[in-house]
Amino acid sequence: MSDTAINGVTLEEPAIDATPRASLRNVLAALLEDRLAMLGCVLVILTAIAAIGAPWIAPQNPYDLGSLDILDGGLAPGSQSMSGRTYWLGTDEQGRDMLSAILYGLRVSLTVAGLATLIALAIGMAAGISAAYFGRFVDTIIMRIVDLQLGFPSILIALILLAVLGRGVDKVIIALVLAQWAYYARVVRGSALVENQKDYVAAARCLALSNTRIMARHLLPNCLSPLIVVATVQIAHAISLEATLSFLGVGVPITEPSLGLLIANGYDYLLSGRYWVAVFPGVALLLIIVGVNLVGDRLRDILNPRLAR
Amino acid sequence: MTSPLLQVEDLCTHFFTRAGVAKAVDGVSFSLARGEILGLVGESGSGKSVTGFSILGLVDPPGRIVTGRVLFDGRDLASLDDEKLRAIRGKRIAMIFQDPMMTLNPVLRIDTQMVEAVLAHSSVSRQAALERCRQVLSMVGIPAPDERLASYPHHFSGGMRQRVAIAIALLHEPDLIIADEPTTALDVTIQAQILAEVQKLAAQTGTALIWISHDLAVVSALADRIAVMYAGRIVEQARAADVIEAPLHPYTRGLIDSVPSRNRRGSPLRQITGMAPSILNLPKGCAFRLRCPRADSVCLEAPSEVEHRPSQWARCFHSHLADARADVLA
Amino acid sequence: MTAIMDIAGVSKRFVHELDTAERIARALGARVEERTVHAVEAVDLTIASGEVLGLVGESGCGKSTLGRMVAGLLTPSEGAIRFRGADIAKLTGKAARESALKVQMIFQDPMSSLNPRLRVGTIVGEAPVVHSIVTRAERDGYVAEMLSHVGLDPEMLRRYPHQFSGGQRQRIGIARALAVKPEFLVCDEAVAALDVSIQAQVLNLFMRLRETFDLTYLFISHDLGVVEHISDRIAVMYLGRIVEEGPTEAIFAAANHPYTQALLAERPVIAPGKRQFSTIRGEIPSPLKPPPGCHFHPRCPHAFARCRTERPALREIAPGRLSACHLNEAS
Repeated sequence: MSDTAINGVTLEEPAIDATPRASLRNVLAALLEDRLAMLGCVLVILTAIAAIGAPWIAPQNPYDLGSLDILDGGLAPGSQSMSGRTYWLGTDEQGRDMLSAILYGLRVSLTVAGLATLIALAIGMAAGISAAYFGRFVDTIIMRIVDLQLGFPSILIALILLAVLGRGVDKVIIALVLAQWAYYARVVRGSALVENQKDYVAAARCLALSNTRIMARHLLPNCLSPLIVVATVQIAHAISLEATLSFLGVGVPITEPSLGLLIANGYDYLLSGRYWVAVFPGVALLLIIVGVNLVGDRLRDILNPRLAR
Repeated sequence: MTSPLLQVEDLCTHFFTRAGVAKAVDGVSFSLARGEILGLVGESGSGKSVTGFSILGLVDPPGRIVTGRVLFDGRDLASLDDEKLRAIRGKRIAMIFQDPMMTLNPVLRIDTQMVEAVLAHSSVSRQAALERCRQVLSMVGIPAPDERLASYPHHFSGGMRQRVAIAIALLHEPDLIIADEPTTALDVTIQAQILAEVQKLAAQTGTALIWISHDLAVVSALADRIAVMYAGRIVEQARAADVIEAPLHPYTRGLIDSVPSRNRRGSPLRQITGMAPSILNLPKGCAFRLRCPRADSVCLEAPSEVEHRPSQWARCFHSHLADARADVLA
Repeated sequence: MTAIMDIAGVSKRFVHELDTAERIARALGARVEERTVHAVEAVDLTIASGEVLGLVGESGCGKSTLGRMVAGLLTPSEGAIRFRGADIAKLTGKAARESALKVQMIFQDPMSSLNPRLRVGTIVGEAPVVHSIVTRAERDGYVAEMLSHVGLDPEMLRRYPHQFSGGQRQRIGIARALAVKPEFLVCDEAVAALDVSIQAQVLNLFMRLRETFDLTYLFISHDLGVVEHISDRIAVMYLGRIVEEGPTEAIFAAANHPYTQALLAERPVIAPGKRQFSTIRGEIPSPLKPPPGCHFHPRCPHAFARCRTERPALREIAPGRLSACHLNEAS
């Protein structure tokens, strides 16, 4: 009931802002207390910097065919190029520097996954809150669609959609959005159902505020906690889903390769000794997913009001 | 004069939270004779529940007993380790909580739970245990106990569940029962039933009782002695009749005066101004000073408990001003 | 005295409908029934302008449900609630909105009745701005005025609810209701969750506001002491029905209905000396399966044959006093 409940005994703290709230500052502080979560944070931040700063950090632009030298193709990690540049992670068949390719690939992976998650989040929130607020018929319809969709594995949905829509980054984003929104809708609906029962929502109805206003200004901000946790973990899922799709050849086009596509490209050479073409993008993928998951795990523990902190 | 059953000496239980040290219980002392009923009265934040928990060692981190002794039949409970405490809990000291679902496991049948409680402290046959269960259930006024034993908690109403919780407390004929607001969540008529049972039982079994409540009315009807708590300390302690008829401490006085039934109908209620201080940030000296109509510069020193009249103790420098009344707000 | 609120024959049933599996079971012959909770049953009540009507009862009696119907949060299954002569369920558009604003509610739980994510200024000021009672520029000044009416420091409007105590949050809730200029307040156990000393402050506030703003109250409470103090008239509910109604002093002096008598006899009062509690037996029945005839007959010390079969009507036993008990017709 009250903010600090210990032993089921509420300690009333009147008039003084003494209770630890889930404010951004407190959350970040609690996040960094745990070493694993801090590691996760570091990984995420590093990859974000790498992805954003790719054009400036990368030694080479891997899409600029003019800058590639076929004679540099297939070099092992750490080898020197003709012009004295070190290929820290080796090169692929066309002489593309793997490090640069990974940096640019991260960019595509993160952008696609990030955008898809945001859009899916928006759609899912709207659907979930409407279902919870209006109840009855609206709830039934929305939730049956959600159930139907969640019955299929997301990879299957994405594959079907891409088969219909064709290739392209935007198509991939659409496919990811449609594969993911249902999960957010369900999570939000659960939260919103609980919040809907609370008196402040009844008070808002008593004050003759419009339904839209109540849903957007009263329900939505109070349903965000579990959603943030889910979204964080779902980004990782989106990244891996996109990588899978690209690996299977139905994802992003070759002109803008993501990590998945890079792995696919290098897959053939895995057993012939040129492991670096597939392994390093794979490791990068692994690191980003693990990082996001670590942060998400810890966030879930922090934002869960039942767990004693 | 026989030695008291329970003697709490200068008990301090503090909670070490991120926001600071919350001094939930700050120097509480009282004693309880065998068979006596003590009412521990206070509002939220007064520390009454934490006192009850501290006696049984049920305070979890970040809280712990900082100093003080809890002498039960001569042994200091605060210094015992978990094993020895466990032997006492449920057997010689039992506890009843505000929410009966804190005692009852929702997924187990009543007989399973009660037999488990019996066997925890005595090794008897299951049949004997069941017989004891039937016995205590009829003691708390539950007719046809066999049917109840076969049910689950969710089949019962709140009042019934609380009766079962009281029955469980009685299983081992404890010397002391600590009851933490057991009837607060119940309706008036059900509360009356439970109180009637408790009165009868206390008289029958001679069990001592600490009744923790915010409701002075219930406590005044039930208790032999009353201790009033405010901001972690006992501010008044006396026989129940004395506390009600001639309270010494301004807080007690204000509390009694602010109850609607003690005011003239329709006129503004006499009220205590202000709010209880946060236990994270207690004012210097007397914790009630900022709300007290009798306060002056002397109150910047923390008052200690003084026996102003025989067996009537109050923590106030101005207790002799017996006629001063709490503020009236127009 | 004009009747500002007229509750006529209002009932509310909550039906737990059968899901598909249960429907199939019923079609196959299983005896599966829809579960209906008769929360409120044929309640007639009028509240005059400026008066405080206390609604008393224990859990399951339907008083909260009735309060929510009056505030417009639930629609009655039967009957009509008329505010200033207009049936609130039938109003639409602008008239509906204006009527809704005139009837406001104060809630029981101060912890959940304020949106934790909004500042106090927004909580109190949102509705007045949306409904054009004040402009956005005037909002803060208006909120400050409301806060001072309820005894809070106007500087507080920048704070969040969790920075306040229970009593203060109740005051904020009251300020929120006052900000839309209501004429009628439904107080649903508004002081039940507060400490005794804070309760006195808030009750005094209610009484003061009634004078200042010329308000009418429906004061719902299970606490007889509180109701006795603040109400002009009281109505006692048991399991969805009104069993007794009349001026407060008359009822507290000499209650007519056995249930009211039991309530009055059993409530603890602060008095020196231990007292024997004598009680009425039995549990409060579940509203899913109320006893036939008079709902109270299983627990009534005076029940006779007629009580088991026939529901007693709410009859006038003295001017302004109503009671629903067959015993009144014995003479």
